Amino acid sequence: MPEDPVSSPSDAAGSYHASRDTAGALVIRFLGRLAADNASSIIRELDSLLAAERPAMLIADLGELRQIDDFGVVVLVGLKKAMGTLQGRFEIQNVEAGVSEILAMHRFVSLGQEGGAGRRRSADIFSRLGARTIAALRETGYMLQFLGDTCVSSWHVIRHPRVLRLGDTLTNMQRVGVDALPIVGLISFLLGLIMAFMSAVQLQQFGANIYVASLVSLSMTRELGPIMTAIIVAGRSGSAFAAEIGSMKISEEIDALTTMGFDPHIFLVLPRLVAAVLVVPFLTLFSDLFAIAGGLLVGITMLDLTVNNYIDQTLATLDLFDVALGFFKGAVFAALIAWTGCLRGFQVEGGAVGVGRATTSAVVSSIFLIILSDSIVVVILRYWEW
Amino acid sequence: MSNTEAKAGLETKRPMSGEPVIQVREMTAGYGSEILLRRLTFEVRRGEIFVILGGSGCGKSTLLKHLIGLNTPLAGDIVVNGRLITGHEEVLPQVLRECGVLFQGGALFGSMTLAENVALPLREYTDLPEAHIDTLVKMKLALVSLSGYENHLPSEISGGMKKRAGLARAMALNPQILFFDEPSAGLDPITSAELDQLILHLNRTLGTTMVIVTHELASIFSVADRVIMLDKRAKGIVAEGDPRHLQEHSKNPYVRRFFNREA
Ligand SMILES: Nc1ncnc2c1ncn2[C@@H]1O[C@H](COP(=O)(O)OP(=O)(O)O)[C@@H](O)[C@H]1O
Ligand SMILES: [Mg+2]
Repeated sequence: MPEDPVSSPSDAAGSYHASRDTAGALVIRFLGRLAADNASSIIRELDSLLAAERPAMLIADLGELRQIDDFGVVVLVGLKKAMGTLQGRFEIQNVEAGVSEILAMHRFVSLGQEGGAGRRRSADIFSRLGARTIAALRETGYMLQFLGDTCVSSWHVIRHPRVLRLGDTLTNMQRVGVDALPIVGLISFLLGLIMAFMSAVQLQQFGANIYVASLVSLSMTRELGPIMTAIIVAGRSGSAFAAEIGSMKISEEIDALTTMGFDPHIFLVLPRLVAAVLVVPFLTLFSDLFAIAGGLLVGITMLDLTVNNYIDQTLATLDLFDVALGFFKGAVFAALIAWTGCLRGFQVEGGAVGVGRATTSAVVSSIFLIILSDSIVVVILRYWEW
Repeated sequence: MSNTEAKAGLETKRPMSGEPVIQVREMTAGYGSEILLRRLTFEVRRGEIFVILGGSGCGKSTLLKHLIGLNTPLAGDIVVNGRLITGHEEVLPQVLRECGVLFQGGALFGSMTLAENVALPLREYTDLPEAHIDTLVKMKLALVSLSGYENHLPSEISGGMKKRAGLARAMALNPQILFFDEPSAGLDPITSAELDQLILHLNRTLGTTMVIVTHELASIFSVADRVIMLDKRAKGIVAEGDPRHLQEHSKNPYVRRFFNREA
């Protein structure tokens, strides 16, 4: 009987001994323990042993095995599978009661027979397209339903203003409006500064310095003020709405509201919607003012304009309609942001990942909606030649 | 050649050796200036099932978080597996690899399937080939009766299933010490009894030391070797020992009432 030289001292407490028996079968005698600490090294050694020997039959002799755990069972399953791919036979021998109890617990006999690892099924392109289409339709349906709910509950609040949760509304007004003042002011001021600076370079060549005031005030009041403010509000508050409502959704708080007889729309959506619509227009005016101040700074330090000059020119450029337009846009954008934030929050499913996705999507969709609706306004105004 | 040792280990009830694996010495715990547990001293022995009980809010979860080094005690020492963890954050990673923790809600990672949750520590801390990890993960999940749920996300299964999956993940590396925070809370009686069986079985076959926080009387009587009972007013241990003994013979009437389920 030719002794195979491979006998591994894989671990002080456990190893194996491989040899060929008279019938030519490869016999592996496991000694001591076969457990978490030595399983991986034994697996690697046996893998290369099998690859070299390619036996027609493999016998695992467990007679001298003192201790085995599920990692050890995995070693045996690995051998069984390997023999399956070699089209050979596999047998275990001399199984002691203790070991056999553990093998039985892990249903050793049935292990390793199901073949390939069950990965999440990846469907073909048509099923995926179909699934996506259905999902998109369903989402559109949900959005329409949500829009309907928002309209109905808004109407309800208009008829019975007392159902509006005043405390929540005031808190949200503070968080959306007051807390945003510093960042809106700073960004608008810098934006006004940059615009004045960039246009000054061009306008100076024609001695048209004074038109810097017109350019800054008109573009900020009609377009950039509302858009910048809305983007900041979407980033600060739209995302917060989605995250808050989304977390409430996954911890079943929204279900709790419903069962206690509250309308989640009136309870959660309307305070945020009303608060945003009330404060964002003012935030927009604030942004216009700071941008004009930024332009003013450039005007008097670099363009030899006086404060009076600059302000006169600004007042001459702007009419009430421009300011009102910015104000109105602020309200529309606010409604879009708050509504989208709440919608994404209500759509959350799953755990923390769902909340993260909702937050991202709230910001991205509201910015898209802001730009889209602004373009629509521009086209309409163009048509009526305002 | 027979494996008398393994047999002996499997057939006598517990491979208990009496050597302490966790020692808590004069430990004071609390949040901020509020002290919850004052000068606590006890030890957990290798191979035993040790139960921490007490009324809600008395600091059981807090104690557990101290034992696994998530919180630092205000005073005193904690030794786990022969290593002092208080004031020695550097030993924590090594100590924690020898421990498994089942959190109250399972604490599964929501973005991963159950199989990926269980495979995570295996991939990180062993160098088993991928195919073997797959087999092992299936075995671990089968052990907690979750065969067939390998590819489910945590959000797609029930609370009790999450707990069992959390247990499978905690057991992934066959730790020497398993910590459980209220394993049977929110489970139906049958599942809860099955979990007890599983705990006993793991303790018996692998010699795993178990530290369990629970209220469940039935479960305490069927698994616990030793209990300590904490009390909010006493800010410490009011009873310690074998629950069956305490039920009959405790001098403290509150303890007797607790074990006999009297108002
Ligand atoms: N992170 C924390 N900060 C402050 N206080 C806490 C914190 N966690 C728990 N507590 C307080 O500690 C006390 C005990 O909490 P805990 O250990 O969770 O009790 P239980 O025994 O029910 O598990 C409670 O009164 C709780 O309010
Ligand atoms: Mg607790």
